[in-house]
Amino acid sequence: MGGAVAKPLVDGAVGTPLRHEAAHLHVSGRAIYVDDLPLPANTLHAAFGLSPVAHGQLRALDLAAVLASEGVVAIATAADIPGHNNYGGIVADDPVFAGPLLSHAGQPLFAVAATSHRAASRAARRFRADIETLPAILDIRAALAADSYVIPSQTLRRGEPDRALAGSAHRLSGTMVCGGQDHLYLEGQIAVAIPGEDGQLLVHCSTQHPTEVQHVVSEVLARPMQDITVQCRRMGGGFGGKESQPALLAAAASLLAVKTGRPVKLRLDRDADMLITGKRHDFLADYEVGFDDSGRISALKVMLASRCGHSADLSGPVNDRAVCHVDNAYFLEHVEIVSHRCRTHTVSNTAFRGFGGPQGMLVIEQVIDDIARTLKLDPLAVRRRNYYGLHVRNVTPYGQTVEDNVLDTLTDQLEASSGYRARRREIAAWNAANPVVKRGIALTPVKFGISFNATFYNQAGALLQVYKDGSVAIHHGGTEMGQGLHTKIIQIVAQELGLPASAVRVTATDTAKVPNTSATAASSGSDLNGKAAQAAARTIRARLVAHLGSSCGVTAGQIRFVGGQVQAGERSFSFAEVVRQAYLARVQLSATGYYRTPKIHWDRSRFTGRPFFYFGYGASVSEVAVDTLTGETRLLRVDVLHDAGNSLNPALDRGQIEGGYLQGYGWLTTEELFFSRDGHLKTHAPSTYKIPTARDWPAKAQVALLALEPNREDSIHRSKAVGEPPLMLAFSALHAIRDAVAACGDGGRLPLLPAPATPETVLRAISAIRGEAWP
Amino acid sequence: MGTDASPAIRFLLDGEVIALRDLPPTTTVLEWLREHRGRCGTKEGCNEGDCGACTVVIGRLRDGRIERRAINSCIRFVATLDGCELLTVESLSPSSGPLHPVQQALVDHHASQCGYCTPGFVMALYAQYLANPAPSRDQVLDALSGNLCRCTGYRPIVDAALALKDYPDQGPWSRADAASPPRLAALVAIQRDAALTLPGYAAPRTLEALADAYAADPGAQLLAGGTDVGLWVTKQDRAFASILYLGDIAELQRIEYRGDTLVIGAAVTLAEAWAALVAEHPPLADLARRFASTLVNNSGTLCGNLGNGSPIGDAMPALIALGAEVHLRCGSATRTMPLENLYLGYQKKDLAAGEFIASVQVPRAVSGLRLAAYKLSKRADQDISAVCAGLAVTMAGERIASARIGFGGVAAVPARARHAEAALLGQPWTADVFARAAAALAQDFQPLDDLRGSAAYRRLSAARLLERFRLEHAAQPVRLRIEQVSG
Repeated sequence: MGGAVAKPLVDGAVGTPLRHEAAHLHVSGRAIYVDDLPLPANTLHAAFGLSPVAHGQLRALDLAAVLASEGVVAIATAADIPGHNNYGGIVADDPVFAGPLLSHAGQPLFAVAATSHRAASRAARRFRADIETLPAILDIRAALAADSYVIPSQTLRRGEPDRALAGSAHRLSGTMVCGGQDHLYLEGQIAVAIPGEDGQLLVHCSTQHPTEVQHVVSEVLARPMQDITVQCRRMGGGFGGKESQPALLAAAASLLAVKTGRPVKLRLDRDADMLITGKRHDFLADYEVGFDDSGRISALKVMLASRCGHSADLSGPVNDRAVCHVDNAYFLEHVEIVSHRCRTHTVSNTAFRGFGGPQGMLVIEQVIDDIARTLKLDPLAVRRRNYYGLHVRNVTPYGQTVEDNVLDTLTDQLEASSGYRARRREIAAWNAANPVVKRGIALTPVKFGISFNATFYNQAGALLQVYKDGSVAIHHGGTEMGQGLHTKIIQIVAQELGLPASAVRVTATDTAKVPNTSATAASSGSDLNGKAAQAAARTIRARLVAHLGSSCGVTAGQIRFVGGQVQAGERSFSFAEVVRQAYLARVQLSATGYYRTPKIHWDRSRFTGRPFFYFGYGASVSEVAVDTLTGETRLLRVDVLHDAGNSLNPALDRGQIEGGYLQGYGWLTTEELFFSRDGHLKTHAPSTYKIPTARDWPAKAQVALLALEPNREDSIHRSKAVGEPPLMLAFSALHAIRDAVAACGDGGRLPLLPAPATPETVLRAISAIRGEAWP
Repeated sequence: MGTDASPAIRFLLDGEVIALRDLPPTTTVLEWLREHRGRCGTKEGCNEGDCGACTVVIGRLRDGRIERRAINSCIRFVATLDGCELLTVESLSPSSGPLHPVQQALVDHHASQCGYCTPGFVMALYAQYLANPAPSRDQVLDALSGNLCRCTGYRPIVDAALALKDYPDQGPWSRADAASPPRLAALVAIQRDAALTLPGYAAPRTLEALADAYAADPGAQLLAGGTDVGLWVTKQDRAFASILYLGDIAELQRIEYRGDTLVIGAAVTLAEAWAALVAEHPPLADLARRFASTLVNNSGTLCGNLGNGSPIGDAMPALIALGAEVHLRCGSATRTMPLENLYLGYQKKDLAAGEFIASVQVPRAVSGLRLAAYKLSKRADQDISAVCAGLAVTMAGERIASARIGFGGVAAVPARARHAEAALLGQPWTADVFARAAAALAQDFQPLDDLRGSAAYRRLSAARLLERFRLEHAAQPVRLRIEQVSG
């Protein structure tokens, strides 16, 4: 590879806080989302008809009134599907249109296309269905009792947990319960299908996974993937909710587009979105732990079960990641985790930031807290007592050696910068003096594995086009959902070519430009696509170096790309001039780049291997106040220290950290998914499902990146992925509430606090720890 | 100006007079912007006024100047913009020109991620920018209480809002430009003298005209702020044969002191009504802040909340405790009744055909009044309560001389806790007395389980709110409110 490594001090260099590439468009209302695209005048609008029951046998479906409704042009049902009636990516158990077996309330039965959105929505409600209602399994305990699973259970076992448990100085058992979470991306799910010539189709879709949308549409329509093009310029939020779910919309819109020969837009209203699409899995875990007098864990046995809903969707890998994160930051020598993937007659749960990891990690955090309160130790001391070691006690339950452990550094710094010890003393004094308002504090760590567990997803491609005027466009397989991936890609490419960031353009992700992409998920967007884009840029740069070397008679080492200029020995050209010369000299000015993550391997059947290239770390301290009369809580202060390696963009990374924290805080406090006894979700809009507001971010907050800790693996510019790990920083808030609840008791009982810790849940926990009856 | 009686809705958009004919009267402002006008900067996030992605600013003429407020465009009908000025995110910066200071501050603070909620934040902050050049953090949070962001954690947005005071006020829609004579003149020019009447929609100009019209057509749907009626359209797809709009009736927009009472007209917005109520009764401040978002408060009306009569309407418990009365009008007949008597059963009210609430009257503060209003909900801002309580007690020496307690969320209607009141009456301010009153709540209410809380939580927390009230006025002060604790 020729040319000196550029370290240019230009606008937007790698490591600088370049603003989001579309910030000026966001604030002016000129950023274009799928729903904003100008469409042909004959475009139709579609809506789904939804199952009114959680479980039932559809005897007859009468669509006459739907068809007769004003503005209706066409209806699509399962009978219209030329290919496979399925959008399940791993297991073929997710019908686009259900029937005759109905397996959750809100499941799509058909889709109708009409001349307006309102007309389609109105018509979609007018079906008549003759349904034999069947008994529904709605929650995890009921599914466990019925052995109802979407895929077989699995067990991870290391050492001799039973023997070690029997020999432990102390033992305790308990149950961790956490709820699900709706993504509540502000932009609901949407797809537009535009028929082209000769059976081709262009699909605009708000999706984290354009290739999966392309694949499912191709399977449903029985057309080869070459005929389907999927584009996504940006999403109005994704968070995992637009990984597998958008294929359903794209498939239905495409089917109607083919049937009518007209463009079809399918945009879900918020309520429909929340009823139809999957959410974060709720989990429960029964655990038994053995430990010594110092709080060190000697053995742990966990029964981990999740509500997958009616189909497998991504529940296999979600639960695998949960199993692989029960350890979080802690060494578990003798451990057994039995993982059950429960089938219920509810919406099929799916990817959500953290992908099962957070739920697994919550288990061990509760176990540690229980141990500390049993031994009357500070939970932080017990956490540190169990941290992975640097050279010993450093192998995860699934056999990966933790080689990049920064837990002690991180914790030392945060403990000091947050004033944890002094504040804990001060809070204890407050709690002794105040009978009504109790305060609590907690420091919790995060260790999160980076890479898709399934090895083959860990690849990416890019296409760099240099036009003869010297302008540069980079295409890559990643999608922009707000995280700033495109901004980071611009920085990476600009740096390689010695250009200011403003000289590089990223446009819509497009399956016609970069094929066979992986989902932008698992925090891997910039790791994978950044490396691929860098490879493409290096190829171009090498070609330009070779051309300049021969035309100017200089060696590769004498050529530098910096500040929009190219220095070749004593001479200097603008980048555009070099490109112009190269074009005339018939140098190829477009290049692909490709990357696959090294070192990783995974044996899913035995739960062993090195699934993760490296680990992301972070830690946080949260302090809360709890009203013991009513159970209301308030977040008072947050301190975060997060490991982003050599941050590609500290402003964007801080955005991920703060946003992740508050999203996690919502999951663990106010966001409650409430199902009626007959399986209907009753919290299906922001009026009833409460995500945090601006008031919930505390006035006192310190958020910092861990300094001087480059990624020890050769990741893109030694950065670390920062999409998912910060969500789990919010654990400290839940544990601070737990700490305040514990302060209501006399120390004789352990707090029983499931998530979300709503005022009711907190009040119930306070009653329980005081030994009071719940009315 | 303005004798034009042609049946067109007229309003200003970017200085242009928009005249709309043949628009269905329940077309929302958001629908019109996006689907009719192709102006897509304003986003739909929930279509129920709960996320703020659709926030726009509406200017209207009041007392010779333009009053501009941020509202939810998704549940506001276009017809109600007649005579108003509409500003959207696109208004603030010409496509080739510089960004407005509000927009620039958000860019500078990395305050957008996915960007979908951003236009709404821009407009909510713009309304505050006009009204308050140097807001406090709390005022910023109030202004943003109806805007959800799922990406940022809000910190950079709040920082941008607080930094705005240091940005030069310049360009289109600066404070100076917004208040300039041409802007005022343009708005004055589209005012009309006669009522706007469209097929299926009328906006009478006087209370009498409204009363006559409603008496003649008791099936008509009354419309004020539309923060509830809008939902019936967007969520339930309801259609109305005819709509009577209250927003153009000057008499109904008044807040006035009459004798020992504060009288609030049926078209007074929640924002104005709560400001007046809090000025008179400062203990209502916390409830007022948490009642609804600024966006809803700027559109919805207090009497609309009372008239809707939801069992979880948060205005009623406090007003019932205060002894509020509603003035009803039916044709030329009027009557007055205690607020709690309006509610007969779940969504059943003591209103005759063609009868409506013209105003509500709230007794003024008296010395020695112990007043509290408590709202319990999962989230602090813009949530619907699980339990809401209003308590008003007067003392005669050491004894409780009068006690009125209103509750919401614990029965089919907002109602008085008469057994609990009786347990307090004539008694001293002691823990035992309040414990008996709390126990008496079981005779007053049998709450239900639902998504906002279980019956058990409602029972226990309702009792605990009586305890909180006692402690607020206890001889030994106790720190009671998490809002007042700092980390």
